[in-house]
Amino acid sequence: MRIAEAPLALRPLPGAIAAALGTASQGQWSAAAQAFARAGDRLVALWGSDRRDLGEGFVVHAAYAAADALACVRLPLADDAPEYPDLSKHFPAATRMQRAVFDLLGVRADGADDERPWLRHGAWPQDFFPLRRDSDGARSFEIAQERYPFVTVAGDGVHEIPVGPIHAGIIEPGHFRFSIVGEKVLRLEQRLGYVHKGIEKRFEGMPLAEGHRLAGRVSGDSTVAYAWAYAMAAEAATGCAVPERALWLRALLLERERVANHLGDLGALGNDAALAFGLAQFSRLREQWLRANGEVFGHRLMMDRIVPGGVAVDPDAAALARLRRQCEEVEREVRVLRSIYDEHAGLQDRFQTTGIVTRELALQLGLCGLAARASGIARDLRVDRPCAPYDRLDVAVAQSTTGDVAARVAVRFDEVFESLRLIAAIVDRMPAGAARLELPRAGHDSFGLGWIEGWRGDVLVALETDAQGRLRRCHCHDPSWQNWPLLEHAVIGNIVPDFPLINKSFNLSYSGQDL
Amino acid sequence: MLFLTKQVLKTGICTEPAPAVNDHWRAEGERIQGEILRLLGRALAIRQVDAGSCNGCELEIHALNNPYYNLEGRGIKFVASPRHADMLLVTGPVARNMKIALQRAYEATPEPKLVVAVGDCGCTGGIFGESYASCGRVANVVPVDVAVPGCPPPPLEILRGILTAVQGPKQRT
Repeated sequence: MRIAEAPLALRPLPGAIAAALGTASQGQWSAAAQAFARAGDRLVALWGSDRRDLGEGFVVHAAYAAADALACVRLPLADDAPEYPDLSKHFPAATRMQRAVFDLLGVRADGADDERPWLRHGAWPQDFFPLRRDSDGARSFEIAQERYPFVTVAGDGVHEIPVGPIHAGIIEPGHFRFSIVGEKVLRLEQRLGYVHKGIEKRFEGMPLAEGHRLAGRVSGDSTVAYAWAYAMAAEAATGCAVPERALWLRALLLERERVANHLGDLGALGNDAALAFGLAQFSRLREQWLRANGEVFGHRLMMDRIVPGGVAVDPDAAALARLRRQCEEVEREVRVLRSIYDEHAGLQDRFQTTGIVTRELALQLGLCGLAARASGIARDLRVDRPCAPYDRLDVAVAQSTTGDVAARVAVRFDEVFESLRLIAAIVDRMPAGAARLELPRAGHDSFGLGWIEGWRGDVLVALETDAQGRLRRCHCHDPSWQNWPLLEHAVIGNIVPDFPLINKSFNLSYSGQDL
Repeated sequence: MLFLTKQVLKTGICTEPAPAVNDHWRAEGERIQGEILRLLGRALAIRQVDAGSCNGCELEIHALNNPYYNLEGRGIKFVASPRHADMLLVTGPVARNMKIALQRAYEATPEPKLVVAVGDCGCTGGIFGESYASCGRVANVVPVDVAVPGCPPPPLEILRGILTAVQGPKQRT
């Protein structure tokens, strides 16, 4: 649906991506959700703000991927007993976001089926809402262990396997409750929120020009995507026009982050299917890749390289040429490894038909990013709504249709090759000039959105500034919010030992969704 | 199989030498005793615990298993349970939601045990600090022997921290 067809007025916002903002009535809020859902548009993010000190009460925001813009619908709510109409009946992906909004802000989705706490595990009391402006974020409370009502499965031979929060590997914490019969998974229920560390409260009062460091640590594996999305939002809020060279360097960093993560995952996926050779080979390539990052950009994961106003590093022609040469070497090696993976019967036996997500289910539940592309949904912001320089790079979307582990592996291989091609093209066409300028001072109460296709999926940052031009609210949204529930579906009917493989094939962020 | 073998032979061995230890990273009032080191020697089982990290440190800990650092070749391996571990390698500020889990993992680790905190967050609470949701540095929750700074520390520095913990000053003199 185009924003002009929405059941409320949406005015275009300035910035590097097409975005629009509109204030809804309670009726329009639901009507807009229904209209976007009917048109097949995705709910990108849902968050709330406390604007009582500005006389606006609480405000809840929903961002939709409309056909021609990122449509942000805001709904002001009363100071006392703030409630908004539930979105989960139109967008199942809203469920966990709504639960998180309540835990952090005390703003309730009226009519929602599931109102269990999500991020609040008992580390703070149920009448303390950290994101309210009058809540002291530095306060700490006795930790109370609260019982969490998992959905139980009953029947002959059914039993539960609880896993986590600490898992048997070098991996982030979360709890998985499997209901199984024999070896077959009947149901998986996730409980996340263990690494909630109060990021959004931490943003409050931070200088606008410094928030990229925190945004870049929402999910370390996507630090470039978050820093870019944050910078884009800050630049939109201040009307900052970033130098051309900075945009091309940002794309270079983002594609390098994509390749680094895909190389890591391809190795780990081989390893999870008992091909240790794959891990050794891909982790060797990844190490070489990260070392080049360290030498050229000064940081192996490229943290803090994208800053509001541009980029913090400006590699010379020799360094860029080196990165281009590295692409040729890596491409050669990955082609050999892909043929080994493709022809390895044992590996393919584990990959194929394992952990299937059908296209219908993916559309219904709002799957995004590389996992969606593996289920036949050819969505990629770099193609659908390209910000500069992607509008001049003609990105080819990787796609597979089988929706199984094999498909998610194939999409990663294809995206590695495409990103290597893009890096070469970016280096060849790198414009000269400045790579950074100072971020202008934000006006009072400005708003900005940033939206970037990270390696896992689309990352969104929405921010508001205060009278001093500091951050009053910054919301970071990870694509894992949408994709975690699909993992619950993907494992149904599979055997328990295939769970690690299926999980890895999604490789979702805990930190990114726990905030 | 032919291509696989060819690739293995072509790759060769890329393992590099181990780093020297760093005495500055030892926690005050170090708990390491000669007895621990005598028992552990250099065969070490590590249980990694992410207590609230952004996952950046995990990426670099993973890298320790790549052929360049060849951790297992040095007698060091990651294990699935704290009950099998000699050392906890802890990342992140300790999220309050992870405090009990970390304490339980520490209690489940048999004595004698070592704790290495990894990353700026583990050392000081880092950018996340202490709040309603974060206990801050690892030492606020469990005793720490060695703390490795960096955001994230590169693999070589993490390895240096592990070796610093297992090569106590007494053993080296």
